Amino acid sequence: MLEHAKGNPNYVLMVEGLTVSFDGFKAVNDLSFYVEPNECRVIIGPNGAGKTTVLDLICGRTRATEGSVQFKGQELLRMREDQIVHAGVGRKFQTPSVYEDLSVYENLELSFPKGHGVFGALFFARDEEVNARILEIAELIFLDEQLDEKAAYLSHGQKQWLEIGMLLIQDPQLLMLDEPVAGMSVAERKKTAELLNRIIQDRSVIVIEHDMGFVEDIATRVTVLHQGKVLSEGSMERVQNDPKVIEVYLGH
Amino acid sequence: MQVTRKNSLFTRYELIGFAILAAIIFIVFPMIMDTFRLNLFGKYLTYAFVAVGLVLCWGAGGILSLGQGVFFGLGGYCMAMFLKLEASTPENTSIQSTPGIPDFMDWNQLTALPWWWEPFHSLTLSLIAVIVVPVAFAFIIGVAMFRRRVGGVYFAIITQAIAAVMTILIIGQQGYTGGVNGITDLRTLLGWDIRTDEAKEILYFVNGALLFVCLGIAQYVRKSKLGRLLIAMRDQEDRVRFSGYDVANFKIFIFCLGAAFAAVGGAMFTLQVGFMSPSFVGIVPSIEMVIFAAVGGRLSILGAVYGTLLVNWAKTTFSESFPELWLLGLGALFIAVVMAFPNGLAGVWSEHVMPRLRKLGSRGDSGTPDAAPSTPAAE
Ligand SMILES: Nc1ncnc2c1ncn2[C@@H]1O[C@H](COP(=O)(O)OP(=O)(O)OP(=O)(O)O)[C@@H](O)[C@H]1O
Ligand SMILES: [Mg+2]
Repeated sequence: MLEHAKGNPNYVLMVEGLTVSFDGFKAVNDLSFYVEPNECRVIIGPNGAGKTTVLDLICGRTRATEGSVQFKGQELLRMREDQIVHAGVGRKFQTPSVYEDLSVYENLELSFPKGHGVFGALFFARDEEVNARILEIAELIFLDEQLDEKAAYLSHGQKQWLEIGMLLIQDPQLLMLDEPVAGMSVAERKKTAELLNRIIQDRSVIVIEHDMGFVEDIATRVTVLHQGKVLSEGSMERVQNDPKVIEVYLGH
Repeated sequence: MQVTRKNSLFTRYELIGFAILAAIIFIVFPMIMDTFRLNLFGKYLTYAFVAVGLVLCWGAGGILSLGQGVFFGLGGYCMAMFLKLEASTPENTSIQSTPGIPDFMDWNQLTALPWWWEPFHSLTLSLIAVIVVPVAFAFIIGVAMFRRRVGGVYFAIITQAIAAVMTILIIGQQGYTGGVNGITDLRTLLGWDIRTDEAKEILYFVNGALLFVCLGIAQYVRKSKLGRLLIAMRDQEDRVRFSGYDVANFKIFIFCLGAAFAAVGGAMFTLQVGFMSPSFVGIVPSIEMVIFAAVGGRLSILGAVYGTLLVNWAKTTFSESFPELWLLGLGALFIAVVMAFPNGLAGVWSEHVMPRLRKLGSRGDSGTPDAAPSTPAAE
């Protein structure tokens, strides 16, 4: 992998030698992986493996100690969080983060990629373009009936969808989802898998997930993380049969 | 159902709310009060500017400043400096060893006007300074704090410290600031005697009009996308940041706007009361202003005005009879409000009074009055 990856312009995201140390504890340790266009990469691994931390490093929430994260040729590690977003990276948090006091419509509106400066926001107009896009996304995330509802009143699963919708409305090239089906019913999981498969057609997605059935439904390739390092990588089938993986993760 | 969600500046109930407040301030008060009382209520209303700013910063944005007195004071001092210079003509001050400079400078052995007092000979420059000085100061504080992501309790404590330092500075530099007495004995504005009953009445109306200008701006901000962003930031700052917003800029903006409102209030205070002193700058007045907003309802700009009027009226009434008990009473009131009615008067109104009124009227209309984050009504 590593050898032919160097300088390959076909990768959307190139993570190389990524390391972060919290007071000497290396939560992510010399990690490298590459994501192709239209790929759905699933990262799995036991609790505390460093999965969330990897996303934190890519989106600028945590500063890396070493390494490089190249997104379409730009070095993300030197950019501010909002600049990374504008470059085309969207990220969903592990616990659903929506604006509970605002309606579903307003949640989506605030994520619309326009009027992001102080005065842009002050004079932002809710025009037809914005409205049409919000309705379009709401339908995609199964919330077109709930547009005027306060986000606080949504079910846990619906909040997850709403947050995904808030990212989709920005049309990011790279979408990172931290446990998108956690707390969802079986029916909701199926709908989410459907949604993700539709989303992937226009972009690359990194998903962190524990639910193996769900992973099988969506993954193009799987990366297994263990103690901040890649333990195994490849198709779901290959990873599942990797003895190292069985030992630390799938075995118990 | 699938139509554009209108986002009008006022819902019907909000419009009625504004109209009622306007009627109270511009018609009822002037009718039932003599000039002395009217002037007193005019003074109370100058604090309402601060409270309205706090509704935006604290209620909407979650930024609690315990130092708003600083901006109120800076606005007030800028106005007072102009009035003081006008009152300190060489004729008026001929008995001083240096005639033509403010009396307190003479008492402190100053023999010339400090250079930074010079611009305050001009009313235009002074009026600009009323806004620009406090806003510039708020901007510096905002950049220093919010860029470093200082927020919450730390921000509150730092603003409180700034208020304390400001008072000490003003009191310590009495040759330049009038010290603990402040800048007193103000008389005329471009020759117009502000101490007469007639002037006081006119100033009351000017003050009311300016308050409504600020309320209008506040209403616009609340209804803009920026207003909704503030609410979003208050609850999920990271989500806002990772939706592509530079969060610090929004905090700096709203903090500066709150400072501007406070400054206008301060300048109107000076004009109506006839002096400005450090006792309106420090920790105690700054906290009192937060209590005004809390009692009125920190989510409601109109509630903030009522809260200010109510608490100040209570203060005047009770502190005449039981001066020692007042501070205790104020503290108790604050605790009671926070515990029992976290949304203050406005909350009581929109949660208890309005639903009953609506039942009586039984006219199915949507939208709550001034209770803050109202969802856009599908019209
Ligand atoms: N800011 C931080 N400071 C110190 N330690 C941290 C910090 N963030 C994460 N860690 C540690 O790094 C390790 C990896 O955490 P991370 O949240 O990335 O795990 P994860 O793989 O997402 O686990 P889970 O499946 O439970 O979500 C954990 O041991 C965690 O305690
Ligand atoms: Mg995690």
